[in-house]
Amino acid sequence: MESWKPTGLLKDYDPDGFYCELLGFGENRPANVSTIRDRLDQMSLTRLRERAVDAERELYNFGITFTVYTQKDAIDRILPFSVIPRVITAEDWETIRTGVIQRVTTLNLFLHDIYHDQKILKDGVVPKDLVLGNANYRPEMQGLDVPGGVYVHIDGTDIVRDGKGEFRVLEDNARTPSGVSYVVENRHLMQRAFPDLMANIGIRPVSNYGQKLHDALIEVAPAGVTSPQVALLSPGTYNSAYFEHIFLAREMGVPLVEGRDLVVDEDDRVFMRTIGGLQQVDVIYRRLNDEFLDPEAFNPDSLLGVPGLMRSYKAGKVTLANAVGTGVADDKAVYAYMPRIIKYYLDQDPIIANVETHICREKEGLEETLDNLDSLVVKPVGEAGGYGITIGPRANTEELADCRQSLLNDPANYISQPMIELSVCPTLSEEGVAPRHVDLRPFAVTGKETWVLPGGLSRVALRKGSLIVNSSQGGGSKDTWVLE
Amino acid sequence: MSRLLSRYAEAIYWLARYVERTENMARILDVHETFSRDSRGGQNWASVTQLYANEAAFAERYDSPSAENVLTFYLIDEENPGSVLSSVRAVRENARTLRPLISTEMWIQINTFHNAMRALRPEDIAEERLARLCARIKEACQAHTGITEGTFYRDEGWYFYQIGRSLERADQVTRLLDVKYHLLLPDVEAVGSPLDVSQWNAVLRSTAGYHAFRRVQPSGMKAERVAEFLLFDRCFPRSVWASVAAANTYMTDLKSRYTLRGGSRAMEHLDELRAVLDNEPVERILKRGLHEFIDGVQIILIKANQAIGEDFFGWQALPESGQSQIA
Repeated sequence: MESWKPTGLLKDYDPDGFYCELLGFGENRPANVSTIRDRLDQMSLTRLRERAVDAERELYNFGITFTVYTQKDAIDRILPFSVIPRVITAEDWETIRTGVIQRVTTLNLFLHDIYHDQKILKDGVVPKDLVLGNANYRPEMQGLDVPGGVYVHIDGTDIVRDGKGEFRVLEDNARTPSGVSYVVENRHLMQRAFPDLMANIGIRPVSNYGQKLHDALIEVAPAGVTSPQVALLSPGTYNSAYFEHIFLAREMGVPLVEGRDLVVDEDDRVFMRTIGGLQQVDVIYRRLNDEFLDPEAFNPDSLLGVPGLMRSYKAGKVTLANAVGTGVADDKAVYAYMPRIIKYYLDQDPIIANVETHICREKEGLEETLDNLDSLVVKPVGEAGGYGITIGPRANTEELADCRQSLLNDPANYISQPMIELSVCPTLSEEGVAPRHVDLRPFAVTGKETWVLPGGLSRVALRKGSLIVNSSQGGGSKDTWVLE
Repeated sequence: MSRLLSRYAEAIYWLARYVERTENMARILDVHETFSRDSRGGQNWASVTQLYANEAAFAERYDSPSAENVLTFYLIDEENPGSVLSSVRAVRENARTLRPLISTEMWIQINTFHNAMRALRPEDIAEERLARLCARIKEACQAHTGITEGTFYRDEGWYFYQIGRSLERADQVTRLLDVKYHLLLPDVEAVGSPLDVSQWNAVLRSTAGYHAFRRVQPSGMKAERVAEFLLFDRCFPRSVWASVAAANTYMTDLKSRYTLRGGSRAMEHLDELRAVLDNEPVERILKRGLHEFIDGVQIILIKANQAIGEDFFGWQALPESGQSQIA
C-alpha cells in the first residue's frame, strides 16, 4: 500500500481513520482492486462529474421513484445514484455469501420451530414472551405447514464493516426487504456510464435475479400444481417501492396485481380478475405487510388486501412469499439472540458476527444503556427506515433527555448498540472525492436451496459524517461489484 | 401465459385516449392561433372553451377569454382536467400503472414528455412561442405512437390500446365539427363568406386533413364537403368513419383471437354507428341539423365506452344511459 501514491482523482482522498472499501486491504490487495483504484485515480474530476450528471439525467428520464412519507408534496424523487462503485473481493464475498446462507437457514428453522413445537422456547434459549408476546408473532401460523419449510423466501441482511475491517450483521430483513431493483439498475447504469472502468475486471453479473426468484417461487408452489401461476402483489402505485415491484414483475414475467385484482372463492382458491374472467393464482410474492394482507384475518380496514387470502393460505391452496409471521424473526430484539439461535439449530458459530447489542427489556441491558447513553446508538425495535434512532455521541442534551424518557417509558421497545465505525467508500461529493459511510444489503432467495445474489445494495450516507444510509434520510446507493 | 388483468386493460385504454386527446388539444390550439383570425386579425379564443364545453369552468377561474388566459387554461392549468398538463399527467399515471406491461422505451418517452410539460412556465406558452410548443407536443404524441407501434407487445393489451385510441379520435373529430358548425358560425347568411372558408380551412388543418381533403376535392371549400370528408371519408385516418371502423375491427379481432365473451354489446353499438354513417348522405344530415346528428354519434360512442367498461373493466352498469365515465 505504501508503494502506491495517488496522483490524480484520489490525491486528496483521506479515509480519516475509517476502513476504506477501496484502499483498506493492507498487504493482501487483489490485483483487480488495484486496477480499479488506478483507473479511478486517472479519471479527471470534471469528467467524473459530467458522467454523474449524465447518469442523473438518465435516472430522471427513467422516473425512478422513491416515496418519502414525510415529504407529502414529493411523491416521486430520484434515489441518488453515487457514481463511484463499491468493490467486494472474491474472498470477502465468500464470507458474506456463506454467512448469509447460514443466517437464512437459521431463520427458517427458527420460524418453523416457533410455529410448531417451540423447542427453542421450551429449552429457554429465547425468552418465551419475547416471541409469543411479539407484535409480529402470528398465532394464525401455529401448526401450519408451509411448502419446503420455507418461510423466508426473500431475505435481505444488512451488513456493515467495522473499524477493523470485520463484517458484522446489523439487521435481518425477513419480511419484504426492498432494494434489489437498485442493485440491477445501478449495474445497468454503470455499464452505460463507465464501460472503461469496468473493462476486463471480472465483475460477477446480477442481471439474472428475476429468473432465480421465479425459479424459487415455482419450487415452493402448492403440492400438485403442475404449471404454477406466480403473481406479485403490490400495495399499488403510491407505495414507496412501486418502482421495485414493477421491476420484479417484469424481470419474472409475472403479473403485478393489487388486492382489488384478486378474489378468493368458496373453495379457498385465489383468482385474478382478467378480461377473460377469473384465472387461478398459485404463488404470490407479496410486497404487502401481514396486517394488510387480508381484512378478514387482520386489519379489517385494509383496502389493499384480499378478503379470504389467509383462508386460502391455511388451506394450502396458495403459497405466500414471504410466509406470514416472519416479522417475529427479524425483530431487533430477537436479533440479539441470533448467535445463540444459530448455535442451537446448526451447532455452528456465526460466520458473520452480530453487533454487540443490549436488550433494554432486560434489566442489565437497560441499565447499561442508560449509563452510557451518550456513547450508544438507541433503536426502537419496531421501526424501519432509520426513524426514531438516537445516536448518542451526536445527540444534544435535549435529545438525550428525550431518549432517556422514552427508554424509561417503554424499555421493551428499545435495544442499544455501540457506535460502529462504518467503513467508507470514495464518493463523489461537492468537495470532490471524499469518504462517505456505506453499508451492504445482500439478497438471498430460497426455494429448494438458498442462493445469494453476488452483489447487493450498497447504501451510502451522502451527507458528510452521517452514518444513516436510509434513502428516507438522505442516503444514496452505489453499484456493488463482486469480483471474480 | 396469464390473461390481461382488467385493471391493466382499463389503464391501457385510457392511456391511448389521453395521448390522443393531448395531440388533438395541441392541434386545435395551434390551428386556432394560426388560421382563425378574422378579417381584422382578431381571434375569438372563447370558441375553444365552447369546443370543449368548458365555458363555465373557464369563467370560474378567469375573468376574460384572452389569448393568455385560454392558453394557460388549456396548456398548463393543473385545475383543468382537460389541459395538456393534466392529460399528460393522466397518460403518465396510467403508464406508471402499466409499467409491468409496456416497453421501457414507451415509459421513458412518456416520463420525459411529462417532465417537459411540468416544467413549462407562463412565458413558455406566450402566443409567439405557441406554434413551436404545439409542434413539440404533437411530436411527442407521435413519437409515443411510433414507439408503441415498434415496441409494444401485441397481445390483448395492444387491442385495448387501439380501441381506446380509435374511439377518442372519433369523439374529438365530432367535437371539432360540431363547434365549427354550430357555435362558430350559426349565421346562415355568412355561409360561404371568406371568414367561413378560412374557418373550414382551419378545421381541416387542425386534423392534418387539409391536403388529403384537397386530393379528394381539388377546388372549393364547401361546408358539406368538409363535413362529409371528416365524417365519412374511408381513407382519412381521423375521419369518424375510419375511426369507428378501426375500433370495430380491433374489437372483432380481440374477441375472436382471445375467445372473449365480453365486447358484444360494444360491437353492437359500433355496428349501429357504422350503419348510421353508411346510410346518411351529408346533405340530409345538414338539412336535419349537423349538431343533432353529432349528438347522436356521441351518444353511441358513450354507450360503446360504457359497454367496454362493464364487460372488461368491471364498471358498474349505469341505471340509465346517463353520463359515462369519460372525464
